[in-house]
Amino acid sequence: MRQSNRRGTELMLLVFALVLVVLGMLQVGWATGTAIPTRLWVTMALLAALAAGMHMVVRLRATYADPILLPAATLLTGLGLVMIYRIDVANAQRAVHNNITPPTPDVYAQLTWFAIAAVLFVAVLILVRDHRRLQRYTFTFGLIGIVLLILPLAPVLGHTINGARLWVRLAVFSFQPGELAKIALTIFFAGYLVLKRDSLALVRTRVAGVGVPRVKDLGPILIAWLISLGVLVFQNDLGTSLLFFALFVSMLYIATGRRSWLIWGAVLFAVGSLASWALIPHVHERVTIWLNPFGYAADSGYQIVQSLYGFANGGLLGAGLGQGFPTLVPFANTDFITAAFGEELGLIGLMAMLMVYAIIVERGMRISVSVKDSFGQLLAAGLSISVAIQVFVIIGGVTRLIPLTGLTTPFLSYGGSSLVANWIIIALLLRISDRARRPDTQAPAMDDAMTQVVRRV
Amino acid sequence: MSELALTVIRLGFLALLWVFVLVTVFVLRKDLRAPADARPGRLAPPRRPASTTAKAAKAAKAKGAKVRGTKLVVTEGPLTGTIVPLTDAQVTIGRAPDSVIVVDDDYASSRHARVYAAEGAWVVEDLGSTNGTWIERTRITTPTVLQVGAALRVGRTTMQLQK
Repeated sequence: MRQSNRRGTELMLLVFALVLVVLGMLQVGWATGTAIPTRLWVTMALLAALAAGMHMVVRLRATYADPILLPAATLLTGLGLVMIYRIDVANAQRAVHNNITPPTPDVYAQLTWFAIAAVLFVAVLILVRDHRRLQRYTFTFGLIGIVLLILPLAPVLGHTINGARLWVRLAVFSFQPGELAKIALTIFFAGYLVLKRDSLALVRTRVAGVGVPRVKDLGPILIAWLISLGVLVFQNDLGTSLLFFALFVSMLYIATGRRSWLIWGAVLFAVGSLASWALIPHVHERVTIWLNPFGYAADSGYQIVQSLYGFANGGLLGAGLGQGFPTLVPFANTDFITAAFGEELGLIGLMAMLMVYAIIVERGMRISVSVKDSFGQLLAAGLSISVAIQVFVIIGGVTRLIPLTGLTTPFLSYGGSSLVANWIIIALLLRISDRARRPDTQAPAMDDAMTQVVRRV
Repeated sequence: MSELALTVIRLGFLALLWVFVLVTVFVLRKDLRAPADARPGRLAPPRRPASTTAKAAKAAKAKGAKVRGTKLVVTEGPLTGTIVPLTDAQVTIGRAPDSVIVVDDDYASSRHARVYAAEGAWVVEDLGSTNGTWIERTRITTPTVLQVGAALRVGRTTMQLQK
């Protein structure tokens, strides 16, 4: 009994995504008048080969998995490569103009990271045969997550870049363990909430229409809050801090279905942000720039002001790939890659990319409602929410909707830790969706005309 | 390359980007209807493979002869209509995903109760649940024999032992 598993659809979408990436690269070449170097052709071929490899592994190991996640993530990663290459070209041209040696291009390093991400993607799909096995290691993952979070503070390993102590340097390459901590902690939250949601959802008294949980049930949310504040104070990282707290509160809400957790989360968030605004100069500065960027256009607000000019230059249709001035924004290929896309693809292009993110998140939520075990439900929801929060926080920051916080844009930004972590998220979502969509053909044949076997799950 | 060609390519790229989004949404739309039976707390409609019916009936009869009642039928709650054949193995009831009857219910504990065969009867035992296991209107405190037709209640789920 072979049911359509939509792997053909996945392949078709994947080819479409790769065609878009190649067109983007060609467009950069044509518009900037640079010939595409052979090395870049090899890069594109490798990208296609890696994507094809991942598709084959999905075919073999997660046959019934969702058909949209892999092509959508490949498109975003590919577009990220296009923009990183485009910024490399701009940097090289400026270097030639100024008679200095051009900086090393970043696009090849990013491809290397994508290769590592693809290997880990395959490893996750092969090693994690069933996502429910992760539930056994709930507290192990909690410990791993916290160790990864505080690792950058370790004296020898830790490394401060641009004022935030987020990196771990091992010999030649540096890594941001916080990105992997995000996944470990999501697994931990999911496992923990499955265990505790009875008491978290039920035991409470009502004060003025708002449910008040017992103090001992409030423990976890307070601990999550303190950890977030700790990250903020000791590592100077507003973005990660926000991400963890929002993730925990959303998962708590999903697990218990109690709106009062959202209210408690909002109250704690308000207290935490007001306190850090008042006490931490770094945060205070971010808020000041957010409210009045043009007042500091020459110094601390330079980056955000340049980014806003970029969006303005792009307008609706964009300047076209290779025809804008994305390098005027500092960190154009990491934190501010959205500004580069906004300038060169315009509002219409950026909205299409946001739609792709929305589709990834929607698929994650869909997987969450269709999988049967509570752990899988919470894990899928948590992973997709973490992507959603991260996209909101960074793109909201770059477009000046909220104060700017340094987070990477999932899949797009130059940077290995983030790319690897987000591909692991995709692999986990595919693993869960394979379970959710697999037809129950292995049900034991014990039923007669009247009975039905409830399969042990 | 000419200005015109670049404009065409630029707009073409944006159009293709949106075509990708729309194709994805189309796939997604078709997909939304498919696994409606895969919702949590609901079970797939009973399947009756013709080839196995006779064999299964025979096996059920062989086991059912020993003890009274052959199946547990859910009569109330989200799993209404589910029928669990009773065999030698015990039937665990609770929210834990490895229970035989997984009740997705805020009023049930992870490992709520179990039903097992003893001395020719079916016995229900509460496994230290928060809200109790009830037979008709009595909360059971010790393993209790379940009579055919009696209502067994766990959280919001009511089950009945049937012949």
